[in-house]
Amino acid sequence: MKWMLIAIIIAATCVGEVLQAIGMRRHGEIADFRPSALGRAASTLARNWIVIASVVAMGVSFFAFIGLLSFTDLSFAVPVTAATYVFETVLAKYVLKERVNWLRWLGAGVVLLGVVLVSL
Amino acid sequence: MTSETARLRSKTWACSAVVVLANVFGDFSLKRGMPAELPTPLSYITVLFRPWVALGVTLLVLWLLSRMTLLSWADLSYVLPVTSISYVLVAFAGRWWLNEQITPQRWVGILLIVAGVALVGGGSAPQTFGPQSGERS
Repeated sequence: MKWMLIAIIIAATCVGEVLQAIGMRRHGEIADFRPSALGRAASTLARNWIVIASVVAMGVSFFAFIGLLSFTDLSFAVPVTAATYVFETVLAKYVLKERVNWLRWLGAGVVLLGVVLVSL
Repeated sequence: MTSETARLRSKTWACSAVVVLANVFGDFSLKRGMPAELPTPLSYITVLFRPWVALGVTLLVLWLLSRMTLLSWADLSYVLPVTSISYVLVAFAGRWWLNEQITPQRWVGILLIVAGVALVGGGSAPQTFGPQSGERS
């Protein structure tokens, strides 16, 4: 049960975050922070199916997360979900076509090693 | 450093701070209000009406929105490592406020996470995208 919930959290989070990044990038940089402009941005985004799909995936991830959180420590449940890290950095490079330089790979790798130790 | 770079950098750091704080206090509030088990599908819904859980959900909504805002101009591969400092702060929240036992091995892991975050945050500036083309400016 524990590992099944963790698997659901990781898969749903990866899908959700990549879709979110694609959706927000299509929208473009949010530069105007006045409430009316933020409201307009929100209503535009609410009609963007990629953003909607990302929110659905995040919702799946959320309910799996509270299921996991009910019977494990906070300091276990949160770090273990950081396994999404590796998958997302790879997806950032190959799906989002971002430039991931060696320093970012190294940093992400060190963070990941830490995350593994934290969750063991 | 040009003024445009400085503007983007301070905006990025301010937004990152909101993302991290909302995440840490959101996760803490969720755990604070969560019962020891969620036996039925219905209990996944009713639990949302507990005050601490409701606060946690509110903060996580703020986290989601602030993160989407940040992602509108910053790379995912930048945002992920920088906001990963949340994992460290969450562990401290668990230790201090929830009395969780954290082994030395976990603390070593936390230090490695801090080191990794410092490497990435110090080594790369946020990249921006044009509003239509998706090309790097």
